[in-house]
Amino acid sequence: MADYQNIFTQVQVRGHVDYGVVQGEGDEDRLKLTSTSHLFGRIGDAQLGPVYLGWSGVASLICGFIAIEIIGLNMWASVGWDPIKFFGQLPWLSLDAPLPEHGLKLFMPLHEGGWWLMAGFFLTAAILLWWVRSYRRAIQLGLGTHVCWAFAAAIWLYLVLGFIRPVMMGSWNEAVPFGIFTHLDWTNNLSLVYGNFFYNPFHMLSIAFLYGSALLFAMHGATILAVGRYGGEREIEQITDRGTASERAALFWRWTMGFNASMESIHRWAWWFAILCPITGGIGVLLTGTVVDNWFLWGADNGFARY
Amino acid sequence: MALLNFERKYRIRGGTLVGGDLFDFWIGPFYVGFFGVTALFCAFLGTALIFLGASMEGTWNPWLISIDPPPLEYGLQFAPMAEGGIWQLVTICAIGAFGSWALREVEIARKLGMGLHVPIAFGVAILAYVTLVVIRPFLMGAWGHGFPYGIMSHLDWVSNVGYSYGNFHYNPAHMVAITFFFTTCLALAMHGGLVLSAVNPGRGKTVKTPEHENAFFRDFIGYSIGTLGIHRLGLFLALSAGIWSAICIVISGPLYEGSWIDWWDGWKNLAIWRV
Repeated sequence: MADYQNIFTQVQVRGHVDYGVVQGEGDEDRLKLTSTSHLFGRIGDAQLGPVYLGWSGVASLICGFIAIEIIGLNMWASVGWDPIKFFGQLPWLSLDAPLPEHGLKLFMPLHEGGWWLMAGFFLTAAILLWWVRSYRRAIQLGLGTHVCWAFAAAIWLYLVLGFIRPVMMGSWNEAVPFGIFTHLDWTNNLSLVYGNFFYNPFHMLSIAFLYGSALLFAMHGATILAVGRYGGEREIEQITDRGTASERAALFWRWTMGFNASMESIHRWAWWFAILCPITGGIGVLLTGTVVDNWFLWGADNGFARY
Repeated sequence: MALLNFERKYRIRGGTLVGGDLFDFWIGPFYVGFFGVTALFCAFLGTALIFLGASMEGTWNPWLISIDPPPLEYGLQFAPMAEGGIWQLVTICAIGAFGSWALREVEIARKLGMGLHVPIAFGVAILAYVTLVVIRPFLMGAWGHGFPYGIMSHLDWVSNVGYSYGNFHYNPAHMVAITFFFTTCLALAMHGGLVLSAVNPGRGKTVKTPEHENAFFRDFIGYSIGTLGIHRLGLFLALSAGIWSAICIVISGPLYEGSWIDWWDGWKNLAIWRV
């Protein structure tokens, strides 16, 4: 039991900085801003940077900065520009969605939703540009685009909440406010107004995939660490040429539950579980108020709510 | 097909915690072991009790079957079978089955010369379950505070308990737990996606290396945690999600009985910005 269980890196070696594999054609140079962190090195790679900027990265950062400025300055203005009150009341402060009477209008008084619409526009632009960046970086390095499509699944949920569902409902007022407690209240109210979200089958699926993701990462992370002494973390090499780490990891689960993944397929399980959480969640939100008005009564109609 | 083509050399005796080589054998792909026998016994008994409870309750709609804990007035006593006694026995069986399963994982890990990360991780899940049905009911003085075993009824329990503390979204430990769950999902998507993207670069292209993985994440966000580190991080995030979930419910009732919305008055009244 006193064996080393591969939790922390015990000896850190500092060599030359790794500036990364050869870049793709047409790329700008990487920003060679690098450093090392002992704390990061305890669990993972100690090297920070370099980073690639590029036009989509710069544009995304500018848009994200504008969005956060609009949100933050509106919050600050709402407490009369008092910096102490800003922090004291920060959890309650909010930049709310447009008033209901403005429907889907694109122009309205700034303090009645105009600022919200602008912040939403720039935040969405920042996120979409960041997606372009994820796609470009993968292509330029000759990798597949799996990370980008997983990111797209999260963007789907974001767009459903702030754009697609409000458009289908005919009012920006349906969208989520920018605020710590107010976005939690919005979530809570959506469930109360539409008759208990626990009875929404797509909410059930989304939660199952969320918990399933935690379960899978605990199982996968623990398995790889447990075969660390056989080089289990060298997953690409284990996928292309199965070694004893893969064999032991597979047999562990086969003997435990009668079934096992392979070193490659566990990452397919992981990817699908993780992306299905926002995909099913987005479907559940999109159906709410557009197709189904009361999930509890819907459940009663379909024989799974006690009514 | 019970035996994989490379499996025979790994099927060796030893590594058991109790019983020597009494149950040291396999049935099909499954390892048995002493704890396989106890797990099977507990699981079978618990499932049979759930069927018994369902027959007494009178519905076979799988969504609506519910094995309820005893009414609060029984406190921490044993209750009659029809009034929560079945729930108490099912709980004992469940803990027995989960604990056996974890110890069986220890035996399998020892047989394969592996670390004990998986049974320890599973132990965190068991701890979260035990917190819900043993520790918190015990601290509150009645088994009736446990959650019912049913698909819709356990969801109703979550909803009702949440609102009986005002609004559970305002529970700070609940916030931390949800943040860990979402972050786990994000990290899992990035890890799964990254490995798949390196070994599936497209038809006709060469499989990429961990150096490409590092370059992608450094180019993308300025940091790559590395092949070993991501599994440590993923395990930490997933276990933190479970641990903070247990914390957020065990403090609701035993430590704090009011509304979580009002709890934040403490933040408002901090000396630096109190008006």
